[in-house]
Amino acid sequence: MAEISLRDVRKSYSGLEVIHGVDLEIADGEFVVIVGPSGCGKSTLLRMVAGLEEITAGEIAIGGRVVNRLEPRERDIAMVFQNYALYPHMTVRENMAYGLRIAKLSKAEIEERVARSAKMLELGQLLDRKPRQLSGGQRQRVAMGRALVRNPAAFLLDEPLSNLDAKLRVQMRLQIKELQRTVRTTSIYVTHDQVEAMTLADRLVVMNAGVAEQIATPAEIYDRPATTFVAGFIGSPAMNMLPARGLGDALEVAGQRLAVPAPAGRDLILGIRPEHLHPAGPEEPGFELHVQAVEWLGADAFAHGSLADGTDLVLRTPGKAPVRERDRLKVAPDAAALHLFDAGTGRRL
Amino acid sequence: MAEHEMIGTSRQSRIMAHFLLVIGVIVVAFPIWYVFVASTHPLQQILRPPLPLLPGAEGPSNYARALSGDIGRIGGVGVDRLLLNTAVVAFGIAVGKIVISMASAYAIVFFRFPLRMVCFWMIFITLMLPVEVRILPTYKVMVDLHLIDTYAGLILPLVASATGTLLFRQFFMTIPNELMEAARVDGAGPWRFFKDILLPLSATNIAALFVILFIYGWTQYLWPLLVTNSNSMNTIVIALRKMISFADADTPWDLVMVTCVLAILPPILVVVLMQRWFVKGLVETEK
Ligand SMILES: Nc1ncnc2c1ncn2[C@@H]1O[C@H](COP(=O)(O)OP(=O)(O)OP(=O)(O)O)[C@@H](O)[C@H]1O
Ligand SMILES: [Mg+2]
Repeated sequence: MAEISLRDVRKSYSGLEVIHGVDLEIADGEFVVIVGPSGCGKSTLLRMVAGLEEITAGEIAIGGRVVNRLEPRERDIAMVFQNYALYPHMTVRENMAYGLRIAKLSKAEIEERVARSAKMLELGQLLDRKPRQLSGGQRQRVAMGRALVRNPAAFLLDEPLSNLDAKLRVQMRLQIKELQRTVRTTSIYVTHDQVEAMTLADRLVVMNAGVAEQIATPAEIYDRPATTFVAGFIGSPAMNMLPARGLGDALEVAGQRLAVPAPAGRDLILGIRPEHLHPAGPEEPGFELHVQAVEWLGADAFAHGSLADGTDLVLRTPGKAPVRERDRLKVAPDAAALHLFDAGTGRRL
Repeated sequence: MAEHEMIGTSRQSRIMAHFLLVIGVIVVAFPIWYVFVASTHPLQQILRPPLPLLPGAEGPSNYARALSGDIGRIGGVGVDRLLLNTAVVAFGIAVGKIVISMASAYAIVFFRFPLRMVCFWMIFITLMLPVEVRILPTYKVMVDLHLIDTYAGLILPLVASATGTLLFRQFFMTIPNELMEAARVDGAGPWRFFKDILLPLSATNIAALFVILFIYGWTQYLWPLLVTNSNSMNTIVIALRKMISFADADTPWDLVMVTCVLAILPPILVVVLMQRWFVKGLVETEK
């Protein structure tokens, strides 16, 4: 059990900086998910915590101890890899016991720990199999088991579910969450899947191009995204972004005046989530939406269309709502759920 | 599976295939059979063709004479001694080459050190320098080190192996990086990673290379010829050469044939034993 802290952590590969100073404080037992698009530096950051990549600048501490110069094995962490990295020639039991054997635990102790972890992960039947005799989901569980037996100060997981099919992923997601609740080990979990991120995280780190754009709880990230990047990345379909102009006591957007106070003369971006648009009442000011395509998902439907000035807009409606292609309808935003960003910096106002 | 169905569906083509196979076996096996037959006949019989196609009665006594050192042209050294010499040399070369090439491939693939690529290219370039090219300087070194007529002298110059290094390098590079990282996180240092992970995963490669190198060592001719003077340090191939004289009458052909038979047995044994190993390895390919 340990807290992890990153202070202005940077990474350069041959002079080219790919992580531009990340600060992050993780509490003991917390489950932090790092999410972001491909190539944004999630794995690099995680691997620096693990000790598999050198830290170019800054400081990483685990349990109050600065680990910058320590080998992975001295950091008391366990890691789960995307491709599981099980030792192919060892049985499940040997895979799980390997780290303990190196740590010179007694035979009885190893036996007992492996049995306990195997029980938690329902691996009991598989202990004498080799990795190639396991399904993808089972291999994933063995990889988890190998981390679990070590009883480390922290778990580091790099896209551990991305090789599984959709159904199994949901199942494993729940299992991982439950497991982490039980053992209460500090965990850092890397993913590019926002559903995984939202459901697993106590706290979410949204990364973009080597920068942590926002670090907050999933709810806060969803309700108050700090930047246009976070706003667009979290939520599906993505938030609508409309260029707007502040008028002091109101906002001009797509030729309409919305009664939303905004600094006069500033170029802004108005963010509206698709579910925060509703059919406008007769007197209500709203946007004329020309529906071009409707995606019907059962419970709800997404209407993709454009406004008179050409701006694209997505509207989420209940699955039974009578929206059809080529419909023209007037929609109004829920005034309480609007997001305003500075057009230049992309920061939330 | 598709090829299997394309070929060999019709009875006719199957008969044809078997016919060709049998011809092939006869072509390959007949000379060996003939050597064996010759090794069981008295010298006079061999010198007066045609030789019968079936073994004669002299077998046991021919073999006993060869093993007890009754071959004057090689100074009365028994064939058993020759077999021992050759086995030590072939085994030493095979094991030595595997150890050296695994160690150097391990260093080149898994460690970052200054001049790593230079080292790699230097090893690579030695591929272009076979034993024959460097034979004189090597001989001089062996003389200076007093290694003439020793096992070390027979083995060492043939041990450094660029081919083995390249083979293991290619194999090591197919091992996912995460495997090494997982081992590092598990606390394995370089030596443990090599011993616990890399070595077991290389088993089939080692087996295959061992077979090839053992036979390579067993059939060495030029180097053993140079580096041995004493009859008792000869390898079997060298001894065979020495047994044969220009005049047929001076050559104990019956014992030469015995030596031939004994010379091909160990390589066959190695192939047969090791084959089971790497077939097993091939069937159990790791994912
Ligand atoms: N060994 C390396 N040498 C040079 N650049 C590297 C190296 N490893 C990673 N990078 C660069 O660092 C950046 C971050 O890579 P990283 O693997 O952390 O991305 P990621 O967020 O994990 O992406 P993904 O979701 O695709 O796994 C990328 O731009 C990548 O090109
Ligand atoms: Mg990654």
